[in-house]
Amino acid sequence: MAAIDPSNQGLRLATRYAVLTLIAVIFIFPLVFMVMSSFKPDLQLLRDTGSFRAFLPVGDLSLNNYAAAFDRAPVATFVFNSVLVTGLTVLLSLFFCSLAAFSFVFLNWRGRNIALSIIIATLIVPFETIAIPLLLLVSKLPWIGWEGLEWGWLNSYRVQIIPWIADGLTIFLFVQYFKDLPRELIEASRVEGASWWQIYIKVVMPLSGPVLATAAILKFLVMYNQYLWPLIVVQEESYRPVMVGLQYFFQLNIAWGEVMAYLTLITVPVLAFYLVLQKAFIASIASTGVKG
Amino acid sequence: MKSTLKLTTALVFGACLSSAAAAQTELTMWYHGAGNEVESNIINQIVSDFNASQSDWVVSLESFPQGAYNDSVVAAALAGNLPDILDVDGPVMPNWAWAGYMQPLPIDESVIENFLPGPKGYWDGELYSIGLWDAAVALVTRQSTLDALGLRTPTLEEPWNLQEFMAALDAAKASGEFDYPLDLGMAWTGEWYPYAFSPFLQSFGGDIVDRSTYQTAEGALNGDAAMAFGEWWQGLFANGYAPGTSQDPADRDGGFIDGKYAFSWNGNWAALGALNAHDDTLFLPAPDFGNGSTIGAASWQFGVSASSEHPEGAAAFIQFALQDQYLADFSNGIGLIPATASSAQMTENYADGGPMAVFFELTEAQALVRPVTPGYVVQAKVFEKALADIANGADVADTLDAAVDEINADIAANNGYGH
Repeated sequence: MAAIDPSNQGLRLATRYAVLTLIAVIFIFPLVFMVMSSFKPDLQLLRDTGSFRAFLPVGDLSLNNYAAAFDRAPVATFVFNSVLVTGLTVLLSLFFCSLAAFSFVFLNWRGRNIALSIIIATLIVPFETIAIPLLLLVSKLPWIGWEGLEWGWLNSYRVQIIPWIADGLTIFLFVQYFKDLPRELIEASRVEGASWWQIYIKVVMPLSGPVLATAAILKFLVMYNQYLWPLIVVQEESYRPVMVGLQYFFQLNIAWGEVMAYLTLITVPVLAFYLVLQKAFIASIASTGVKG
Repeated sequence: MKSTLKLTTALVFGACLSSAAAAQTELTMWYHGAGNEVESNIINQIVSDFNASQSDWVVSLESFPQGAYNDSVVAAALAGNLPDILDVDGPVMPNWAWAGYMQPLPIDESVIENFLPGPKGYWDGELYSIGLWDAAVALVTRQSTLDALGLRTPTLEEPWNLQEFMAALDAAKASGEFDYPLDLGMAWTGEWYPYAFSPFLQSFGGDIVDRSTYQTAEGALNGDAAMAFGEWWQGLFANGYAPGTSQDPADRDGGFIDGKYAFSWNGNWAALGALNAHDDTLFLPAPDFGNGSTIGAASWQFGVSASSEHPEGAAAFIQFALQDQYLADFSNGIGLIPATASSAQMTENYADGGPMAVFFELTEAQALVRPVTPGYVVQAKVFEKALADIANGADVADTLDAAVDEINADIAANNGYGH
């Protein structure tokens, strides 16, 4: 084997970092543009778009766009609604989808392969095709609330959460991950007399950090970016999420600075969520990559 | 003893008040103005005034952002969740009436006798909706531009004809002073296309659909007149007279003010910005391409949903909102054209001698509502795509023929839309 020339290695490293930096810059520039623009008055914002100044904190900077955004729309309500709906859906989804996957992988019951195939087949059905039937269904469903039995789920948090708890992709992710867990662990636990519930809680889930993070992030993004579903099932402002709220800013004469301020505000929860889970997320992606 | 008497009196009085309040029937209302503070304040004021003015009805308002409004209404109609009072974009109203989302508006029509034609929403011979304002488009330029280019100022009585209009564009192009002679607002999409550009087609002698039957677009959208329009339209972009579909939205908003365009085809809602930037701003009538000078009409209007159990209450609110004062408030607030001449006199901009009074005259003289048919919502999208394609260089005849086929197929699929 030929010896590695240190100068070549340095060059390779430099090239690699240069390429990686370039890719990172390409991905981060839209975010930098959004944040910088949120501090600029509209006229300056539009003029800066033709130059590199669009990415720099230069010119007349202020928090005026943020103040105007809060005046134009109940931003805090929208963010609260989205975080609440997304958070609850993610938690419930992780629980129920992992339970379903557990039963597909570890329990023996007749028809489980067919059931799993059907669930996976739902991945190819676009949501738009079932939106109207689902709307008709939820508008007639009963609910027992503080005031007793009521009919119809429209204008509520539950209508934004419950239909999204179980989904084929999340179940599929858990199934694939559970299949690669050592069977010996499960069998040893059974021999020791552990119930299936105990195995799920005390053996399988503690080993499932990476897939939990992956499923959580993917679900978070889907839920936080919801537009069509809340648009058709929620008519009251008090239940509207952030993406429907974005429409408040698209008037005849669009105040782009306010749009950027609003987008910056609603991006914060997404970035925070990703940063918290990124190590586990990368671990999951990396482990998926080496399975081959 | 005295204090007990007072307490009893207060309780009885309070009970009377609450029973009076309980006697009021709630009417729900949806409005498209969320996110527009001025508009929201005015509509809230009207609702508040109405609720205080009588004891039979109490209106509760839910505002939606405009971009999400139509989809929300359609979804609510499917789910059986419509409010009592809706607001509806004028050209969309026939579709909602035909689809069973709305019922005829039971108001005394003598109240709207003096209204401009655009705000009156008729379908199948019945009044379904009424608007408090209209909107108009004009050819915006500056007196100094006309003088420098040696052009006559067109008037309502004598607008530019096709030759004069193209000569004006040629003169602007030859001057080298502008990026483009004409800004058509191609950066705006959606309803802007049929609203702003179908009047050109109509002035050529064509239309989006044959209005005599509303059963076909054949001949109207692909006949000789439409072909002439299509060739002319494509030439505007191919010959560098106007920026095409890739126009920067920032240029649409500020290009005319910054001097990038000699002429801009724009609405009254943008007029104040132009006037503030250049005190010699002019609003010219649409050119007459052979069949009269025409601009679009009809804006947002109020109507009663089909599922309302209290149409008389909903109508009472709508009739209440038609007062000149509110028409003027909306006009002063968001710059739209008040629906009556008397309310125009109460406004800052549309009173005689006001900076935008010309728009009232333009609307009165030239306005033509978009095709009054439930199929318009589809036809508008087909028309928009056809015009964008032609602007981008597609074959004119093929594109118009394809648009006609698509419109006709939709009409057939919906059994003629009830005409």
